[in-house]
Amino acid sequence: MIMLLTILTLFIGGLVAWSIEAWNKDLPRWISVGTCIIASILIATLYFQPTQQELMLAGVSSTWYEVLSIPWIPRFGIGFVLAIDGLSLLMVSLTLFLGFIAILSSWDEIDRRPGFFQFNLMWTLAGVVGVFVALDLFLFFFFWEVMLIPMYLLIAIWGHENKAYAAMKFFLFTQVSGLIMLVAILALVLGVAGTGVPLTFNYFDLMGHQLGEGLSFWLMCGFFVAFVVKLPGFPFHTWLPDAHTQAPTAASVLLAGILLKTGAYGLIRFTVPLFPEAAADIAGVAMTLGAISIVYGALLAFAQTDFKRLVAYSSVSHMGFVLVGVFAWTELSIQGSVMQMVAHGLSTAALFMIAGALQHRLHTRDMTRMGGIWHSAPRMGAVAMFFIIASLGMPGLGNFVGEFLILLGAFSINKTITVIATMGLITGAVYGLIAMQRVFQGQKSSDPEISGIKFGDFGSREMAAMIPMIIALTWIGVYPQPVFDLVDPVLASLYELTLGTSSQWIGASQ
Amino acid sequence: MNTLDLFALLPLIILTTSIILVMLVIAFARNLALTCLLCCIGLASTLLSIAWVGSSADSGYVTPLILVDAYSTLFSGLIVAAGIFISLISYSYLKHRGENQDEFILLLMLSTLGAVTLAHSAHFVSFILGLELVGVSLYAMISYPSKGLFGLEAALKYLILSGVSSAFILFGAALMFAVLGTLSFSEMASSAQAQSTIEHWFILIGTTMVLAGIGFKLSLVPFHMWTPDVYEGAPAPATALLATISKGGIFAALLRFFLSFDGYQYNLITESLFWIAILSIVIGNVLALMQTKIKRVLAYSSIAHLGYLMVAFVSASILSGKQLAIEASIFFLFAYFITTIGAFGVVAIMSCESQGSDKDEISHYQGLFWRRPLLAAFFSAMLLSLAGIPLTLGFVGKFYIVAAGVESELWALLVAVVIGSGIGLFYYLRIIFSMTTHTDSDEPIAIPATGGWALGTLAFLLVYLGVYPTQVVDWVSSVAKSMI
Repeated sequence: MIMLLTILTLFIGGLVAWSIEAWNKDLPRWISVGTCIIASILIATLYFQPTQQELMLAGVSSTWYEVLSIPWIPRFGIGFVLAIDGLSLLMVSLTLFLGFIAILSSWDEIDRRPGFFQFNLMWTLAGVVGVFVALDLFLFFFFWEVMLIPMYLLIAIWGHENKAYAAMKFFLFTQVSGLIMLVAILALVLGVAGTGVPLTFNYFDLMGHQLGEGLSFWLMCGFFVAFVVKLPGFPFHTWLPDAHTQAPTAASVLLAGILLKTGAYGLIRFTVPLFPEAAADIAGVAMTLGAISIVYGALLAFAQTDFKRLVAYSSVSHMGFVLVGVFAWTELSIQGSVMQMVAHGLSTAALFMIAGALQHRLHTRDMTRMGGIWHSAPRMGAVAMFFIIASLGMPGLGNFVGEFLILLGAFSINKTITVIATMGLITGAVYGLIAMQRVFQGQKSSDPEISGIKFGDFGSREMAAMIPMIIALTWIGVYPQPVFDLVDPVLASLYELTLGTSSQWIGASQ
Repeated sequence: MNTLDLFALLPLIILTTSIILVMLVIAFARNLALTCLLCCIGLASTLLSIAWVGSSADSGYVTPLILVDAYSTLFSGLIVAAGIFISLISYSYLKHRGENQDEFILLLMLSTLGAVTLAHSAHFVSFILGLELVGVSLYAMISYPSKGLFGLEAALKYLILSGVSSAFILFGAALMFAVLGTLSFSEMASSAQAQSTIEHWFILIGTTMVLAGIGFKLSLVPFHMWTPDVYEGAPAPATALLATISKGGIFAALLRFFLSFDGYQYNLITESLFWIAILSIVIGNVLALMQTKIKRVLAYSSIAHLGYLMVAFVSASILSGKQLAIEASIFFLFAYFITTIGAFGVVAIMSCESQGSDKDEISHYQGLFWRRPLLAAFFSAMLLSLAGIPLTLGFVGKFYIVAAGVESELWALLVAVVIGSGIGLFYYLRIIFSMTTHTDSDEPIAIPATGGWALGTLAFLLVYLGVYPTQVVDWVSSVAKSMI
């Protein structure tokens, strides 16, 4: 029930925020804050849940905090199945946390239709939470698509100069790949039904069926494409820089922080466990794509003059690590992938907030026109320094733990790819520090339009958003054990599921 | 003919009686509100009688022409309900367009009668009777309220092409009659078994000609040329009727014909339908990209949607997927009805104050989100449903189409569906995007009450059934089961 209530809270909070706009322009954002608080309290109760449910997942036992299953469309065996385990709980917590950050980051950026803005924000969150807890494939697809529309509107209405193009590109990429996944889902369900099982979309019942080798390969590809587009991995990443550059700050925060993670989550939850053999067959290709994403993303990030585009390409690079980690499929590398998802969510969200703050003040994202901002905004400079350091993988911060574990786990599987992936750490330092230097250090800008602007430092509202993220990143960097305690049982059972095929994993990728 | 037969015919009798009543009332007192009220009462009581007959009468033939069963109940219910919504929208649309608008409503009821006849038809005679009733009323409706040239051009175009296509159907039926000696669908099937090769060719050519004629009426590629011009020239309510009631009735009859006659046994026909489906999807979507008028966009998108419908229709040719495919076609048509009436309803409401042609340039809709948030939200919901996005009925419809294609393993058709939907998104989103942009023009748009409520109900149904389609799914699935 708690998960259903959380999702409903977000949906209803969005509607209230929209309808209240007619009376008061300031109230909608407070409604959003309230909605997020209620949702967070609901989710927090799960951490203290004394009892956990054991469910069998294709012969492997798995523990769940809560499972809710209501028949929905019995004709197709579709149920309203929400279930939450450690992995989902971690992702949902990240979602709500970044939800707060998104509201704070857009606090006085939006003066046009603030209620409708908050409505879209809340509905995006609701869709993402739904994606993380839905374990009926129809319901999963339902939420997968639901989160796109409000995000489309966020970019299309409140975006920057080239918003129509960017919003359309974002929607087309994700929607078309989603449709391919829908075909794969239906083929999986009807294929499983062909083996004598009653028609069902339930994750638990679909697990562990033997379909023909050819069929399961194509089905796996259907899922893989949808998730890799969302991740985004090379060569499907081209929508991301455009979407990020044009999106308003809050939308960028959500996009980088959580929407990309739904792709990684889908790979871990669905692609590999549902089709272990077929996934093992393409593990080599997938890891190569990951390595290319890492290097290629980093190179392109280095070449950018637009601050937001730089951060966007750095996301491609960092999410490439996740792809490598998931398809190396060792316990260490999956743990690393999850950690990387959390750390990247936090650090990139913060970097987009900084980019948004710069644009809000200077009305440009062009780094060549900036410079020497540290003098006028020391707090902002220090915060930016912290997050750039974090994102380039400094030991002691979250991103390092993730990347290190991924490389450690992947090394035993494929040495060449791991070595190439490691290059990402070096190039990451290069583009990160270049950005820092261009924007915050060096000579003050001589551009007449910019030097005339009185530059305000981060105020208390912005620091209130930044400090929790700094604390969180440092905490998981120094003491990541609580995160592992949360997700380890889940990853262990998913790993055990595919254990029969693990020899292939190593064989296929070497 | 006994009392039970008369009871089974009750919906048709009530509908016909109310048409005569409305005609008499118009002869004595011209009052649009009164005409519309009578029309709605007539259609609503027809709907009730359909429900009553459907729940209590046994299914069976009433005369060799009319077949009353679960299938006809479903389709005639859908058609009459659509008639009610269109008449409500028409009232708002016609109200400000001067004198003598009452006959439009009369024609609307007549074409509804024709479509209901089509849904009941199990014989070529009733099939052609219904077809012509729909067609002839539409000729007049298309050129009716606006006295501009576009309407006349559209009506003339439709008149000629529809006449030709009817001739095709008649000739095809005659060819089959020459060999088989009967025009009843089920008897044709049994006597078709015992024919020699030459006579098989007669049947094949006859079926092909019937299909070509129906292809015109359903505006499938390559018989689609008339669609955009007629859609554009006709007044929005007439377009809505043409796109839903007329096409829905004809499709119901087509599906019944193919299932009773087992038209799928002819590989040549199934294969050409396969290509018709692909071409309709691809050409409809690609040409829709190049339009700047909403009605033309919707015209091409309806070509593409009929293409999706044909995917399910072709899927029924594979035995293992037959039931799912029939279900999918019926459900998709159901979703298409609600969405299409809603979309044209918005155009009608937008143009209800203007005297000339409809307001259907995309630029008329700029900034609608800020001028008329509710109307814009309704329109977006309809467009998203056409694009097949979740939370709307269109998503469940597309889900069904994909499921039918997967079950029958027609992968090439599915590729066309995926590509077509991708292209489709582009032009639907373009309209939604232009509704979100800002304009300086603050020209007020009044939403008339009747049309507004009709639209609101459609939007509510669209979302409610999109989230909780269970009852409709169960109903459709039981009907499909009864058809095998």
